[in-house]
Amino acid sequence: MRRIPVDGNLTSPRIRRVIASAVTLTAAIGLAACGTSGPSTTSSAKGLTMWALSDQTILKDSVDAYNKDHPETKITLQLFANDDYKQKLRVAFGADQAPDIFFSWGGGALDDYVKAGKVDALPAADTDRFTPSVMQSATFGDKVYGVPANGLAPVVLYYNKKVLADAGVEPPKTYDDLLAAVKKLKAKDVVPLSLAANSKWPTLMYLEYLLDREGGSQVFTDIASGDASKWKDASVTKANQRLQDLAKAGAFGDNASSVSYDQGASTALLYTGKAGMTLMGTWEYANIAKAAPDFLKDGDLGYTAFPSLPGGAGEADSIVGNPSNFLSLNSSTKNKDAALTYFKDYVLNDSQVDAYLGAGSVPPVKGLESKLAAVKSSTDKEWLTFVYDLVQNAPGFQLSWDQALPSDQADPLLTNTDKSFLREISPAEFGENMSRAGS
Amino acid sequence: MAAPALLLFGLFGLVPLAGVVVLGLTRWDGLGSIGWAGFANWSAVLADGATWQALGLTVKVMAVSWLVQTPIALALGVFQAPRGRLRALFAVLFFLPLLLSAVAIGLTWQALLDPSFGIGATPGLHWLAEPLLGSPDLALYTVIFVIAWQFVPFHALLYQAGIRQIPTALYEAAALDGAGPVTRFLHITVPQLKYTMVTSSTLMLVGSLTYFDLVFVLSGGTGGPGTATRVLPLAMYITGFQAHDMGRASAVATLLVVFGLGLSLLMTRLSGFTRMDSQQEGM
Repeated sequence: MRRIPVDGNLTSPRIRRVIASAVTLTAAIGLAACGTSGPSTTSSAKGLTMWALSDQTILKDSVDAYNKDHPETKITLQLFANDDYKQKLRVAFGADQAPDIFFSWGGGALDDYVKAGKVDALPAADTDRFTPSVMQSATFGDKVYGVPANGLAPVVLYYNKKVLADAGVEPPKTYDDLLAAVKKLKAKDVVPLSLAANSKWPTLMYLEYLLDREGGSQVFTDIASGDASKWKDASVTKANQRLQDLAKAGAFGDNASSVSYDQGASTALLYTGKAGMTLMGTWEYANIAKAAPDFLKDGDLGYTAFPSLPGGAGEADSIVGNPSNFLSLNSSTKNKDAALTYFKDYVLNDSQVDAYLGAGSVPPVKGLESKLAAVKSSTDKEWLTFVYDLVQNAPGFQLSWDQALPSDQADPLLTNTDKSFLREISPAEFGENMSRAGS
Repeated sequence: MAAPALLLFGLFGLVPLAGVVVLGLTRWDGLGSIGWAGFANWSAVLADGATWQALGLTVKVMAVSWLVQTPIALALGVFQAPRGRLRALFAVLFFLPLLLSAVAIGLTWQALLDPSFGIGATPGLHWLAEPLLGSPDLALYTVIFVIAWQFVPFHALLYQAGIRQIPTALYEAAALDGAGPVTRFLHITVPQLKYTMVTSSTLMLVGSLTYFDLVFVLSGGTGGPGTATRVLPLAMYITGFQAHDMGRASAVATLLVVFGLGLSLLMTRLSGFTRMDSQQEGM
């Protein structure tokens, strides 16, 4: 009997087996190793490195201004895309390759670094020019670990004035108004509230507001400070109940869970008139201005605070969202003085504040009234004043839960939020699952 | 001859693998110091219902992918095998998806499947305006479809090459005996393609086991809706790089390696791939 190899070169069974295993192994290892390669942060002996997100163009100008005045201790700025920036930073810190100055969201993730001794506290004299409620997100144990680096980002309710007028709906002031508006808008065949539920964090914004209105801000403040049993508070269940009620009433249309925020579809639904309202951070204003300038110019964009909940324990003026992003100082930096000079004289200085206001964003700096009054575009002025007043009048500014909690709880939080939204779990199960994840 | 390959494999394959196995026995958040945890990660991973759900989804992706891709790839291979200008043109067109990166494919399909602005918004195609990626029941199958779209061309190419290796004398003899196209396909093409099928199936099964990038992009990095598309590699990534539990993620990674290695060994053994029997005895 002749034995002919099917394809001549690989005759040994052992080699074949090794190759078959190699395919498996390299595939698995390729995965296990992904994300470990951060750019090396070599810099001149006295220079500094800084990491931020690539959409922070105004922040970049502050670095350029600093570099012009300090050619001896230049800051080398590296900009990254939003996705996976947090992972990249974390891995860089783990490998001692982290930049001297880094951009973050404050809250639990920053606290992780503080606890690990990776971040230096900043002198109080440098930070008292910023809005106090904002600074809470970067304050741990009475010490401040970051300076705000861009505009205030509370979450507000945007609406399309034309669509609401067509359906005979007033911008909702209370939760019951909202439910009534949902019914009327649905009857007009538009999506009442456009929501990018595929990204999960936009759904979380509803829970944050609903809990804040229902149980008051203390419930989540306790949770964020480590009391996971508070997830079982009755108000958490009630907030989930209301979210599910909204979903059941068709408030988010049929397709919300297919819409991903990064694709811009949830924003587009609003300015194309396919949706009546959307709940989003203040950065949405700049997105709309970019994607649909005419929509803004025609005065069709409306905005208001999240509806109040008569009967709830929370205050109607409270807000949630991202107070600001922060710049923090790596404790192993070799040139702390240069970094502090940059924080003190270049971050959100006079010209930076003007640049942010020009871009439709309110920086968290005290006493902006006169600057706001001087804004030329009336559309922008109205918006900026709205955001400024909203923050000034708010008794509390709750940091987004996914930023406030330690990073190991962020995923269970988003997953359970999504499951609650999809009604895969009962309102009470949300709190039970979260208290288990947090303990 | 094999020395450089083995050296590279050892350096970039076995050494990191050993690192992952050891890391699976430690506690590390990616920032602080590494502490010994013994088998705590393993008992946590094995006791966690989410691990088994993710493994179940992985096996489902694997099985359905094989069932979907193999017949289509075989049919396309049979179609492309005879020489001809038109067939060559089609072969080039079929091959295109393989040239695109998984991230590009993921983002493109995500945009195409958007119920409000994707292909479902085209007049006449409104029946496609379903939340294909948003429904917990449909999302996994949508992902499997996009994976198939990407990989069928590669397997069709394998089959095409395999079919071209079959001596025409076999077909001529069968035709003389009065065998029709179907009989010739079933009794000559399919048996002659045995080893091509084993190769293609092994790549498909082991490949699906570790499939990550497309699922990551299509589900917005979360394995959603809910956990409907959170396959084991994605669960590993989320544990390691979002929850920063490197020890537990390494345990999951080890589990994947063991599973994949066992699977490929089983495949080669069951199929008799290692015995190297000829399908062309007497030729």
